[in-house]
Amino acid sequence: MLNFYGVELGSRLLLGTAQYPSPAVLADAARASGTDILTVSLRRESGRLREGQDFWGLIADLDVKVLPNTAGCHSVKEAVTTAEMAREVFGTSWIKLEVIGDADTLQPDVFGLVEAARILCADGFEVFPYTTEDLVVAERLLEAGCRVLMPWGAPIGTGLGLNNIYGLRSLRAHFPETPLVVDAGIGKPSHAAAAMELGYDAVLLNTAVAKAGDPVAMASAFARAIEAGRAAYLADPIEPRDMAAPSTPVFGRASLA
Amino acid sequence: MRVTVLGAGVAGLTAALELARRGAAVTVLERGDRLGALACSWSAGGMLAPWCERESADEAVVRGGETALRWWPEAVDGVTRAGTLVVAPARDHAELARFARRTREFETVDGDAIAALEPDLAGRFRSGLFFPREAHLDPRAALAGLAARLIALGGELRYGVEASPEEADGDAVVDARGFAARAAFDDLRGVRGEMLVVRTGEIAFARPVRLLHPRIPFYVVPRGDGVFMLGATMIESAERRGPVVRSVADLLNAAFALHPAFGEAEILETRADVRPAFPDNLPRVESRGRVTYVNGLYRHGFLLSPACARAVADAVLGHEGSGHEADRERRRA
Repeated sequence: MLNFYGVELGSRLLLGTAQYPSPAVLADAARASGTDILTVSLRRESGRLREGQDFWGLIADLDVKVLPNTAGCHSVKEAVTTAEMAREVFGTSWIKLEVIGDADTLQPDVFGLVEAARILCADGFEVFPYTTEDLVVAERLLEAGCRVLMPWGAPIGTGLGLNNIYGLRSLRAHFPETPLVVDAGIGKPSHAAAAMELGYDAVLLNTAVAKAGDPVAMASAFARAIEAGRAAYLADPIEPRDMAAPSTPVFGRASLA
Repeated sequence: MRVTVLGAGVAGLTAALELARRGAAVTVLERGDRLGALACSWSAGGMLAPWCERESADEAVVRGGETALRWWPEAVDGVTRAGTLVVAPARDHAELARFARRTREFETVDGDAIAALEPDLAGRFRSGLFFPREAHLDPRAALAGLAARLIALGGELRYGVEASPEEADGDAVVDARGFAARAAFDDLRGVRGEMLVVRTGEIAFARPVRLLHPRIPFYVVPRGDGVFMLGATMIESAERRGPVVRSVADLLNAAFALHPAFGEAEILETRADVRPAFPDNLPRVESRGRVTYVNGLYRHGFLLSPACARAVADAVLGHEGSGHEADRERRRA
């Protein structure tokens, strides 16, 4: 069973809460996805805290675990402050840590990320760092106290899927015991299935569901793809080979070559 | 029948006018000391763009929007039917494809067609979508127009009066107080929006222009005389402080991306307010005793208030209460 910081989870899909046509559609999509974890952005979605409580209330009604994030934070200090506010508002020590390095591509500032992770882990937070697939950065994040890693598939919102399969695969191979979540860049259920087939523990996505023509149907499609990808990984897929290997015997057949 | 309408925002004034046209004696009570002082309608874009809105809104918004396109020109002057132009920067071309898939009633336009529609955008965008049936108005002028029409029909509009629906006079009460009526609902929330008004003599647009961006839904609405409204953010919060730097920077960057001449525009106004919304982001008209509530118009105040106003008048006066259209139909028959 999937386990993040001692919490067991039934679903391997983590869903973001931004950009849906309405909170009602978000609620239906979350239910259709079967997710146990919704991520929420303190900064980008809701301004300051007290005044955003109606939206939080709608999310709390869904009876899932909330993973607050620091989306939109561009500095270590901003991210740490936002994490502290999130802990207070949501009563959770979980924090999805984002330190954005480039406003345009929203790619993580891995230097700031490691620094912020160190501060937050020391302060008792359970940190889910949004990072690249870089091995050395991953090593530093674990060293800082992170027990989950969330490498990107592709830049946020692009829907490009897994840009660097090799990098993601070697991350999996290097950290067999650490829960790994592909976060960002997923566009279609096949991308999510591919991540799961690589042996990733879970997938986090938002735009691919929120901006789909039918977010509820897409949420359900992702849930099934993730389940299929996980089952395929556990079922030990065959190795690809260059030559055809017919599944029915050819012995005795006339060769027309 | 004497009807008291609470709130002189677009929901209240459209309902008041619709009721007055159908023969009710209408008094509007507004807690602000002048038109628009406390109404989020004052910050609206004023786009009557049902097909563009369909990108993220329910089909009900299209139906209500079609009503609005007929209702507004009959109610006030200054409705411009020049359509909407939607463009995207080259690198956000995928957004345009998605927008086209999610909407209808548009023509695909190339660079030349864009230049023909909006000469100041010549050479800046190679493809876009043109929604010819859409329209726009100046929300502040439209509110003033509604108020004037109401008074001409014998209605009354009183400022600086705060009343609750329970204590208001009248045979019927219409509560159109927007987010101020949140105590009357358990699921009304506020969605904060921020906007700017700028002026530049270097650009002229004939119609609202939307610039698609993966994160900020950005539009420019021409108000005439070189004045443009730039909007608008959508933040899940009922926070009432002024616009924040990040939002203003996003809006200004988008304006600059649309046309660099906005870089030299004078900033006339920045403003933030809170849109009332229900979980499905669609408005509600509901009667409880002698009070009819109209609320949750979200970002569609000018687009959906005419349909809501009709529903309010139907609820207050009864369907047989001689809707003015029904009257006209009868006269024609």
